Amino acid sequence: MNFQNIWFIMKREFNGYFATPVAYVFIIIFLLLAGFSTFFVGNFFERGEADLYPFFSLHPWLYVLLIPAISMRLWSEERKSGSIELLMTLPVSVFEAVLGKFLAAWAFTGLALMLNFPLWITVNYLGSPDNGVIFTGFLGSLLMAGGFLAIGSCISALTKNQVIAFVLSLIVSLIFVLSGYGIVLDFFSSWAPSALVEAISSFSFLTHFDAISKGVIDMRDMLYFASVITVWLFANAIVINARKAD
Amino acid sequence: MTLRIDIKDLAKHFGAIKAVDGVSFSVNKGEVLGFLGPNGAGKSTTMKMITGFLTPTRGTVSVCGHDVLTDPIAVKASLGYLPEGAPAYADMTPHSFLKFIADIRGISGAEKMRAVDSAAERAQIKNVMFQPIETLSKGYKRRVGLAQAILHNPPVLILDEPTDGLDPNQKHEVRTLINDMADDKAIIISTHILEEVHALCTRNVVIANGKVQFNGTPHELEAMSRYHNAVCVAVANVDSAKFASFLTDLEFVDEVEALAADRGFRVYPKQGQQITAELSQSIRANGFEIDSLYAEHGRLDEVFRTITLNSTQGGH
Repeated sequence: MNFQNIWFIMKREFNGYFATPVAYVFIIIFLLLAGFSTFFVGNFFERGEADLYPFFSLHPWLYVLLIPAISMRLWSEERKSGSIELLMTLPVSVFEAVLGKFLAAWAFTGLALMLNFPLWITVNYLGSPDNGVIFTGFLGSLLMAGGFLAIGSCISALTKNQVIAFVLSLIVSLIFVLSGYGIVLDFFSSWAPSALVEAISSFSFLTHFDAISKGVIDMRDMLYFASVITVWLFANAIVINARKAD
Repeated sequence: MTLRIDIKDLAKHFGAIKAVDGVSFSVNKGEVLGFLGPNGAGKSTTMKMITGFLTPTRGTVSVCGHDVLTDPIAVKASLGYLPEGAPAYADMTPHSFLKFIADIRGISGAEKMRAVDSAAERAQIKNVMFQPIETLSKGYKRRVGLAQAILHNPPVLILDEPTDGLDPNQKHEVRTLINDMADDKAIIISTHILEEVHALCTRNVVIANGKVQFNGTPHELEAMSRYHNAVCVAVANVDSAKFASFLTDLEFVDEVEALAADRGFRVYPKQGQQITAELSQSIRANGFEIDSLYAEHGRLDEVFRTITLNSTQGGH
């Protein structure tokens, strides 16, 4: 593994987001939706508590919609334009390319997330929140975003068509979120053995993110997101290896 | 080391389709190998396997002593590749694109700017360095791809249709560039432009239906033409029927063909021998007055058609 190559690919990909208006449009929409959901869906003021739980708790849903828009171009565009042939005949390994691209998308999402800092200032101005909890929330949200991005990156490697990549990533992401949602679990718990229900629930981003967003750092949750990222990126590399020339 | 590319029994099957089926050849330093063949013959597929983009179904490729299957990174590091259609990152400028290639190729510091500058200079793209690649004309895009391939001064160059889409002046410039680099590199170019056989190549491989149909010098390729060493001759003030029968009776002449619009005759020699001197002597000795007389070298398009169509009809 050549870390320099990963860095160069990441840098190119990251700058690529800003070469077109995509980055700015995405950041603005993300900030608007995050703000809207915090104040109107999460009832930031009405709760009367000095924390950012209303902000973080809606991130899974926000990411289901927005992350596929970032990840869809990662490989689809390379395949459509044929530049994948250029990239894969440069002296870089498939995994370096996969990792470099993923890290670029992750860094971009991280940037968008950081730009929500006015909320943090607001809550510190209005009250005295536990900033450790808020920091954990940001960290958890970033980890979860990585999970969604890894799913999206792998799926975008499957197709030349960015729209297909977007829709498929959205659906798969939705499945990963919904499997921890009350209604879905109720549906299963009426007939399935409780071990199965727990298994389904344990695969959900919601289940693992909820604790982190409340400031509870459990190694198992961290490990969960790390494994999701690893597994999907491995699958991504396998897909690229097998189908890069199609 | 003079042997740079060594290909043995290379094959690529896509399901039942044998795109490349047992291709073997090698390229030495100083050679420009022209890879000829009709569209769909397997040229690009072969190049994709040499550069490690496609995994062969069978056979081996070695570039500068590195096997493409066991050491793909070393192979990729030692070659420059212009893929078919010269793909690049459309939203980058040639400047940032070439800098990225230099980074990946491990060129850094002052050497990086020098490499980018020199590649841009040689590919003649210096005046478009800061325009997005997607806004460039086809000819410029192709030359950006070429600049990318030669940036790190690789010992081996694989160029898939480097002059496709260029105007005659640009073609000339690209050919000059390739000729200038030929001495210390091994170069494979694929083309279906036959004039490039002479303008560029020291050797040709003709491929059709996934198999090598010919491997030899441009001169040997020409010699396969039935027009090879044929002589076109026209004489003044004489009855053409009489002159034709005179030509037919000469012992070294195989066949005589009248050219269109009374422009004289084409004389085919026996066994493809050179007959220009003998013919001109005999004509003069018999009191004819020569208007024009020239030997033909052979027609590549005809040879190309014969080689590639025969293999199609012959089947597998």
